Amino acid sequence: MPEAKHPDDEDGVQIDLVSAERLADKATMEKVRTILDGVREGNIVILEEGLTPDEESRLIEVTMTEISPDEFNGIEIETYPQSGGDDGGFLGRLMGSDSDKKLTVIGPANQIETLHKDETLISALVSRE
Amino acid sequence: MGLLTNLRDSISRAAATLFSEDEQKRIGIYGPPNAGKTTLANRIARDWTEHGDAIGPESHIPHETRRARRKENVEIERDGKTVSIDIVDTPGVTTKVDYTEFLEHDMEEDDAVRRSREATEGVAEAMHWLREDVDGVIYVLDSTTDPFTQVNTMLIGIIESQDLPVLILANKIDKEESSVQRIRNAFPQHETIPLSALEGDNMDEVYDKIAEYFG
Repeated sequence: MPEAKHPDDEDGVQIDLVSAERLADKATMEKVRTILDGVREGNIVILEEGLTPDEESRLIEVTMTEISPDEFNGIEIETYPQSGGDDGGFLGRLMGSDSDKKLTVIGPANQIETLHKDETLISALVSRE
Repeated sequence: MGLLTNLRDSISRAAATLFSEDEQKRIGIYGPPNAGKTTLANRIARDWTEHGDAIGPESHIPHETRRARRKENVEIERDGKTVSIDIVDTPGVTTKVDYTEFLEHDMEEDDAVRRSREATEGVAEAMHWLREDVDGVIYVLDSTTDPFTQVNTMLIGIIESQDLPVLILANKIDKEESSVQRIRNAFPQHETIPLSALEGDNMDEVYDKIAEYFG
């Protein structure tokens, strides 16, 4: 996040809550870069509306190219699961459903651990490495 | 002369395009690491190819498969018909690779670092194949583990978004802790077929479904 004041000397974990509006006009790679730049600084990035499947695919691919031993192990990512699969998938998209736009939490793999996840709750433990 | 050659080439290209639907369908075997994708790919290759060669080495250590491997012209016979496909065994997909996990498998640090680097390249390659180069997907899950993971949810979403036919296989049913129902509950929008690729259990139904979905 370019505008954010980075807490270099502090002992906390920065959380970036990114609005849907902020990502709306960005191209896929700009979104991926926004996420990975934040995560690689050790931040937890929370997207109000998540990513499309194609964007998720690119995020995995770019994450893999950036993994480096003892430096960056990749990402932990969580969204709420689709409930029963009846509101997503092909039919949902055909009907213009927005149900796949779900809040998404992304963080460095070595700093975030999912404790519990169900259709309405994501509970995660975040550490300062 | 040049004109005639060009014309002949154009006709050849048009004919090739016209008959392109006869091209071999590429079926990608996808899933998380250690689900048994290569064990399945090898079983299919042994059952249905002339020399029965293995597609790749199998291992209990994650990320044994670090390159996508294609086996061409796998001809599966069902009900008097032959379904011909290419099988693409892909590296297990994940969002993280930590080389220190390989050290737990008695691996030297240099080997672990190299394996992790190759694994990350392999995952990126698998994602590229999924976006560009497969016509259908066999999604393999280990039925002894929780299928409600973010990687599984994302990959099934990516496959659905491309409207690719997908067959979900619940592998390792030979193990006591296997639960096929847990996988059916996780992805109720798709058909789930139980099997043990290692023991060859229920392979007849698997081949019936491969012919039905991808034939």
